[in-house]
Amino acid sequence: MAIFSTNEFKAGLKIMLDNDPCAIIENEFVKPGKGQAFNRVKIRNLKTGRVIERTFKSGDTLEGADVVDVEMQYLYNDGEYRHFMVQDTFEQYQADSKIVGDASLWLKDQDFCTVTLWNDVPLAVTPANFVELSIVETDPGVRGDTSGGGGKPAKLDTGAVVRVPLFVQQGELIKVDTRTGEYISRVKE
Amino acid sequence: MLQAIRTFFFERDVLEVETPLLSQASGTDPQLDFFSTVYRLPPIKQPLFLQTSPEFAMKRLLASGSGAIFQICKAFRNGEVGRFHNPEFTMLEWYRPGFDLADLMDEITALFALLFTEHALQATQRVSYQAVFKHYTGLDPLVFSYVDYCAYALANALPEAISLCGNDQALWLDFIFSHQVQPHLGRQALCLVYNFPACQSSLARTHSKDSRVVERVELFLEGVELGNGYYELTDVTEQEWRFNKEAHQRQQRSLPASVKDERLLAALSAGLPDCSGVAIGIDRLLMLVSGRSSIRDVLAFPVDRA
Repeated sequence: MAIFSTNEFKAGLKIMLDNDPCAIIENEFVKPGKGQAFNRVKIRNLKTGRVIERTFKSGDTLEGADVVDVEMQYLYNDGEYRHFMVQDTFEQYQADSKIVGDASLWLKDQDFCTVTLWNDVPLAVTPANFVELSIVETDPGVRGDTSGGGGKPAKLDTGAVVRVPLFVQQGELIKVDTRTGEYISRVKE
Repeated sequence: MLQAIRTFFFERDVLEVETPLLSQASGTDPQLDFFSTVYRLPPIKQPLFLQTSPEFAMKRLLASGSGAIFQICKAFRNGEVGRFHNPEFTMLEWYRPGFDLADLMDEITALFALLFTEHALQATQRVSYQAVFKHYTGLDPLVFSYVDYCAYALANALPEAISLCGNDQALWLDFIFSHQVQPHLGRQALCLVYNFPACQSSLARTHSKDSRVVERVELFLEGVELGNGYYELTDVTEQEWRFNKEAHQRQQRSLPASVKDERLLAALSAGLPDCSGVAIGIDRLLMLVSGRSSIRDVLAFPVDRA
């Protein structure tokens, strides 16, 4: 695997730190005019999601991590594992609930998502920014309500619960922002 | 801004000078990497170096009786790039024969009052390195205790400092000062930190009353280091000894060998008047005057676009 110097640390670069794959978030060059140069680096541990700060002497090196984001189609849940497939190669991967995490709230069969692979094993799953899901359960709305006002909870077919405007009905298809978990709009089928 | 600076010095009878950017000798500071090039005049092939600061040339002028001088010029430091660094930058440097460090700090304060007119700065703070270091860390920078320093690093989520700094006091001070002290310095006011530990002496004179510290001052504003000044070392033997020590450190760290400036040493032995001098990074200054967060915002073309 490639070796990277602190000078090459750019946001997004994947490196190995304390045996865990990590991504660089920010890299600041710190140098007293007459002193040692350091790099203060903000790093996300890709396994735990935790963000830490670590200082290196400028010019120090770390090993790159074989981490890639691959677009895959979500196939099905066998109870223990969720299965994903790369469209071009039909290669399949499985990931347990620990890895899928909250992404499971937004994964519908056949939908596309991003699977992060570390040494060809799934490390994390990120749903598409916007997904279309149907409402399986919500209180009936009152006629005349508009999009303003409070809204009501609605349960979606993946199990997620989002707040929707009162006029949105059970059985309707809606668009949701998975990063905020917020309702965006209704979708015409 | 450049015009305001020039007027400031003209009114104080400080002569503007210009010295070569390309020099036959290089800087020796192991922390500064210089650019080198080759002077070709067949059959001559001679290495030349871009200055890391105009210090040596200006001191030669002082030794030959120039009196008070200032210069605004480019300086070059290889490998330095970041939010506060560009390998080519503009420097203001001036020297005042007859000034001690306190006089110099007065003059720096006056200059800043002139430059920060729109958002006037609060009264300049003056604090010793030891006092400010103790204030923010509880550690004594003049008495190095490996155990205390390690404990401090662990307690402040900086465990990497231990393996990184080892037993090197200067490195520990650089690390802790730049991480834990500097960010707090100079909030809405210029902060002048003086009396640096002897291990961070550079070209400053050892304090006459306390040999653990040197007569060096650093300027901070909004957590940004803006400049560095000394009550200048005039002792040629001491200077040569420090040169040799730095050359040795360079060798140990397998850095490019420096070329000792014999002409500076000759000037020092002819006699450098007692003086104080300071260098200020003009780009960073402009950055703060104009409220920008990166040096890129005040450079026409930063190095990656130069």
